[in-house]
Amino acid sequence: MQHNIPAEPLGAYAEPMTEAVSSCVHCGFCLPTCPTYRVMGEEMDSPRGRIFLMKEVLEGSLELDMASPYIDNCLGCMACVTACPSGVQYQDLLTPFRALAEEKRERKLMDKILRRFVLETLPYPHRFRLAAFMGQFAKPFKGLLRGRMADMLALLPERLPKGVLLPVKKIAEGETRARVALLAGCAQQVLEPDINSATLNVLAQNGVEVLIPEEQVCCGALAAHTGAMWQAKRFAKENLKAFAGLELDAIITNAAGCGSGLHEYPLWLKGEPEEEVAKTFAHKAQDITVFLSQLGIKAPPAPKQPLKIAYHDACHLAHAQGVVYEPRELLGMIPDIQVFDIADSEVCCGSAGTYNIEHPDTAFKLGQEKAQNVLATGADMVVTGNIGCMTQLRTHLKEQGIPVMHTVQLLDKLYRGEL
Amino acid sequence: MSEALKTKLQTLFQERCLQDDAGVLPYESDGLTAFRSRPLVVVLPETQEEIIEVVKLCYRYDVPFVARGSGTSLSGGSMPIEGGVVIALNRMNRILHYDAAERIAVVEPGVINLYVTKKAVPDGLYYAPDPSSGPVCTIGGNVAFNSGGAHCLKYGMTSNHVLGLKVVLPNGDVADLGGESLEMVGPDLTGMFCGSEGLFGVALEVTLRLLPKPEVFKTILAAYHSLADAGQAVADVVASGLLPGAMEIMDRLAMDAAEAAVKAGYPAEAQGLLIVELEGPGEEVEAEFPKLMQVIEASGAYEIRVAKNEAERMKIWKGRKGAFSAVGRLSPDYVVQDGVVPRTKLGEALREIEKLSKTYGLRVANVFHAGDGNLHPLILYNGKLEGEFERAEELAGEILKLCVDLGGAVTGEHGIGVEKLAYLPYMYSDDDMDLMRFLRIAVDDKEIANRGKMLPSNKAPALTMHGAHPIEKQGIAFRE
Repeated sequence: MQHNIPAEPLGAYAEPMTEAVSSCVHCGFCLPTCPTYRVMGEEMDSPRGRIFLMKEVLEGSLELDMASPYIDNCLGCMACVTACPSGVQYQDLLTPFRALAEEKRERKLMDKILRRFVLETLPYPHRFRLAAFMGQFAKPFKGLLRGRMADMLALLPERLPKGVLLPVKKIAEGETRARVALLAGCAQQVLEPDINSATLNVLAQNGVEVLIPEEQVCCGALAAHTGAMWQAKRFAKENLKAFAGLELDAIITNAAGCGSGLHEYPLWLKGEPEEEVAKTFAHKAQDITVFLSQLGIKAPPAPKQPLKIAYHDACHLAHAQGVVYEPRELLGMIPDIQVFDIADSEVCCGSAGTYNIEHPDTAFKLGQEKAQNVLATGADMVVTGNIGCMTQLRTHLKEQGIPVMHTVQLLDKLYRGEL
Repeated sequence: MSEALKTKLQTLFQERCLQDDAGVLPYESDGLTAFRSRPLVVVLPETQEEIIEVVKLCYRYDVPFVARGSGTSLSGGSMPIEGGVVIALNRMNRILHYDAAERIAVVEPGVINLYVTKKAVPDGLYYAPDPSSGPVCTIGGNVAFNSGGAHCLKYGMTSNHVLGLKVVLPNGDVADLGGESLEMVGPDLTGMFCGSEGLFGVALEVTLRLLPKPEVFKTILAAYHSLADAGQAVADVVASGLLPGAMEIMDRLAMDAAEAAVKAGYPAEAQGLLIVELEGPGEEVEAEFPKLMQVIEASGAYEIRVAKNEAERMKIWKGRKGAFSAVGRLSPDYVVQDGVVPRTKLGEALREIEKLSKTYGLRVANVFHAGDGNLHPLILYNGKLEGEFERAEELAGEILKLCVDLGGAVTGEHGIGVEKLAYLPYMYSDDDMDLMRFLRIAVDDKEIANRGKMLPSNKAPALTMHGAHPIEKQGIAFRE
């Protein structure tokens, strides 16, 4: 698509942003995979429409405030990137645009407070644990609360699991086949610390030594996707330092959102002194399922009862990182397990980072749709690769009592003979 | 007039009447991004009654409108009319009635083409017309443009699969055309509505014919050292008496684009690539296959591959179907052309196009439905270079004239829209054009439905120029 976007105000972001605009040919192949387009059925809430709107804002022919609601509506699921035949790197436009927009926009006071609260809480496990702990006491009173506070409370689990103190190093069992470092994630450590424990165990069982650098912080994805680029950059730089100098085969993530965040480091740090280091770092970052399938794992034992499993593609795995085959390959190795794809698997479940906090209505509709499609598979269990999706799926499958777990948790339970 | 209409529509549609910049801008273009125009408002109806009401109001206030589905038109067919109303039908996306035994589906116009097949697949049925934009484009748009697709060679165009239509005419009257059966009494009004590019009103309900899914597919891919050889092979296959489900050709440039987009694994040295798909009952396909291989081997293909399974077949098709958009990876801008030549003239047409491409100094990628002679030259240009867009348009025009000169047509499936307005009279005589205008005015006296598309609009000048139309003179039909 033709554009007249002046490059100067965009600095280092000019190149990736304008490249995304000019490679869009407006063909519309993105429309049916876009969750907001499916729910709202209007062009402004489609990837093609948003690219058009962002282009107009950057060209100066449209007020930012007018475009903002539609840009905000985007879940950032990147299903459009997978669907795009023309190769538009939508995230290269969206992430910097949100950052630029955030600098300029005026938010309402309550909005500001809530935003700040989220940004200052979620990325810090100890703060988040405290907030979630307090939230549990408020949960019975959520009927009295209205708006987004109530929505946030609804997403908290009934009981907060006990925190797990992670070791600095976990030694491989038997011969050491590889050495990796783990990004522990932040919200995940509070909501489901078992995912990290399971990761460590599965890696160790397969001869992998794991380092968990103490200085690591939140990956920054949450900040970047909500336009708080200052925070995202700060986190990214801290992590580059924390993981520097270790001799590693890979940097492992077990939350899809974090994994896609690490892969975006070169974009966030475009034009900064750390850009090159960020590229090497991003190259090393791998989702746990990718690493395991490349390494080759010892066959997990069969479950006690044959199981039907629905595999849910987390957007930030399938679309943002292109990881679709590896988790299925791992699941396919398990005897007595039947794996089902969920209809419309490319469509987001509505979790999308903080989306279910900021746009509860759309998130709810998407969650319900996903739950229906899960039920239609007739599966006994849902397996996925992202804590956000797990929280969302559990909320929407609560009544049916269908368990939801991480791929690595399933492997761990099988290795332990607990399933 | 416009302001009064705007007020009415606002009252009627509230927040579903888009009028501010952010709401309207994204609707200014369709798949033809070289053009854009600003509508008065965009409305998002959710019921048939609302569509009818909008059309009635437009008629009363004499404001033109265009109905729009997914906005994938490559000829500007769904582009807004400056100052007119856009009726966006994306929320009219329900399958109203589905009957596997009767093999029909009654759908709203905003239903996506592929979703009809998705609905029917569990019963072993499918909806045959498969435009490359099938995962996106809507049935309403397919009806308006009588869309084709790779498999039209065997199954025909959209009009062969639309049994009935409920439409709102430009004056707000509602008409039922056709029915649920292929055999109907009287003239084929459904057929007349199909491909009328929105000039006769808006489809409210479309009754589609579903077909049983072919039992077996056999897809082969043949690589040639020259594009013309691939073209000749198509004529040879048809001459041998075979009727494959689809026969498609891609040239090197198109293959490069598809390769970059989906890694289809096409032969790296080929200058011309032919995809042939046999489909039907197992025994029939088994019997046809050796015959096809014989023809292809004799046609000078240097490599022939047969898809071993459904995954390989899908891979071949994915590259072909995404080819248009994939060209976006090779060039920031391009014009997709759509012309038809008789099958036997394919080789000649391709050679001429190559010459024109050299003369104009613009790259042309060729992707086409070779089986029915439907060419899709994609003219690559850089809109940032002064005058290059105009040169591309001129080259496109030369190609269209070439098609007509070879005995073909200026469009196979993308329609005239705004893009080919100038070339329709090159294909048709004045009398032919007059008859079309006559029909248009008979259905839409104010020319409010998609004004200015397909036929030049200034209130049918040819009729005033030539006085009464021949069929009027003969007393067959009258105006007023």
